[in-house]
Amino acid sequence: MTEAASTSPPQGKEQPIKASEIDPKFKYELQKMHGSEKILKCFQCGTCTSDCPVARFSDSYRPRTLIHMAQLGLKDRVLNSDTLWLCAACFTCTDRCPQDVEVASVIRVFRNLATEKGCIPQVFKDQAQSLIETGYAYKIPDLRIKKRESQGLPPLPKGNPDAVKKTLKGVAFFDRVQKPQGEQASGKQ
Amino acid sequence: MANSKYLIFLGCAIPYRVSSFEISSRKVLAKLGVELAEMPEFNCCGLPFDPVSHETMLILAAKNLAMAEQVGLNILTLCPGCAGTLKKVNKILKADKSLKEKINGHLKEAGLEFKGTVETKHLLQLLKEDVGVEKIKAAVTRPLTGLKVAEHNGCHILRPKEFIGFDDPEDPQTLKMLIEATGATCLDYIDETECCGAPSVGVSDKIALQLARDKLNHIKMVEAQALVTVCPFCHIMYDTNELRIEKTFNEVYGIPILHYPQLLGLAMGMSPEELAFSELRVNAKKIVEQFATQGAKQ
Ligand code: SF4
Ligand code: SF4
Repeated sequence: MTEAASTSPPQGKEQPIKASEIDPKFKYELQKMHGSEKILKCFQCGTCTSDCPVARFSDSYRPRTLIHMAQLGLKDRVLNSDTLWLCAACFTCTDRCPQDVEVASVIRVFRNLATEKGCIPQVFKDQAQSLIETGYAYKIPDLRIKKRESQGLPPLPKGNPDAVKKTLKGVAFFDRVQKPQGEQASGKQ
Repeated sequence: MANSKYLIFLGCAIPYRVSSFEISSRKVLAKLGVELAEMPEFNCCGLPFDPVSHETMLILAAKNLAMAEQVGLNILTLCPGCAGTLKKVNKILKADKSLKEKINGHLKEAGLEFKGTVETKHLLQLLKEDVGVEKIKAAVTRPLTGLKVAEHNGCHILRPKEFIGFDDPEDPQTLKMLIEATGATCLDYIDETECCGAPSVGVSDKIALQLARDKLNHIKMVEAQALVTVCPFCHIMYDTNELRIEKTFNEVYGIPILHYPQLLGLAMGMSPEELAFSELRVNAKKIVEQFATQGAKQ
């Protein structure tokens, strides 16, 4: 069992902020990205955190704090925070935010940016690998596929991974997950 | 509406782990006169990749929609995650011409084009809007009178409201209404619309299990005899993990987790075998004994 939350300091125990950490342009970058356009409308009411089911059981994951940090320009802290990956994408915050910030989409943008920097939890790498090989997010065992007939189910439509790969050509994430595999194959070890 | 025909989109989770949901859904839909066609091919709806790459999600969803458009039928999904994603991407791309062009540039590589001509419904929405509660009530031959259950809608069938919008996310009624149509009683309990925790599995199993435990505690409090779900992930979270939660937190539940079509099928006189009850991890023996042994009155 992985516990991503364990390496992030609990709420209120963070290191003091240094001026050199601040990237004043970060919030404007976010304003231009699909999903986080409305980040500056957040007035820190805390509705998102108080209604977040994950925050209830985590002592470090707080959506309001992440948004505040981003507004302040603490880009690296936000993107390196492993609590980022705890969000369950339940969209409760999105529906309840009085400022219509689309909180869950903002968190998604943070994760996408963290991914671009190379921080990707293993689950997502595994799913990407399955997508490349089968077209499905999970490797559906052959036995399961064969069993369908005896269960009275029609054959499983094909995943067509080749077509998937063609359409994903040029997508940065896709290139990234494909690369390490290639490097391993060329005998890095 | 009689004889509606839909293209069934299975998604990855159901063929991977939750065939009981597919089996029972197909049985019930056939009997209710909903005709299904199979996707010629499909790939992951895209949702699992949204956290890491929004663009990947958009392309995968649009690719599925484009394939359905070629067939020319609206989509039915059993997985709320797939339904939410296909609905959302359809709406986003129809509203944003330049994004649509960009995504179509990718689809072209596989000879496809997204036009925005098909709609997607989840099973629950189809049962409510196309079949209708009255027709469902009329199909019930073995009312589950006396059975007390709780419902769990799951997040993606309710939120975000902007894209899903067929029920009230703060006080959802559809599933309750459909449960009551079987003759069973649907109980209210604390935090009904709470997340099951499944998306946190693999990132923090501890948080995921605590969320699921919370839910099971709440439905135990009202003495529900079963929990009824309409999502493969929620079902895995409760059914597959119930024993693990009991062991981890020293709890006792023994609460079976039924797919809604299993409950409905039972009320329509089908046998537990037909409805794949044997695939449930937490056995539903008590319910089966209470109802299925009465025999179907046709
Ligand atoms: S609910 Fe909206 S406005 Fe309130 S803190 Fe969260 S993001 Fe900001
Ligand atoms: S979407 Fe994420 S941040 Fe928002 S309430 Fe759900 S778990 Fe919390």
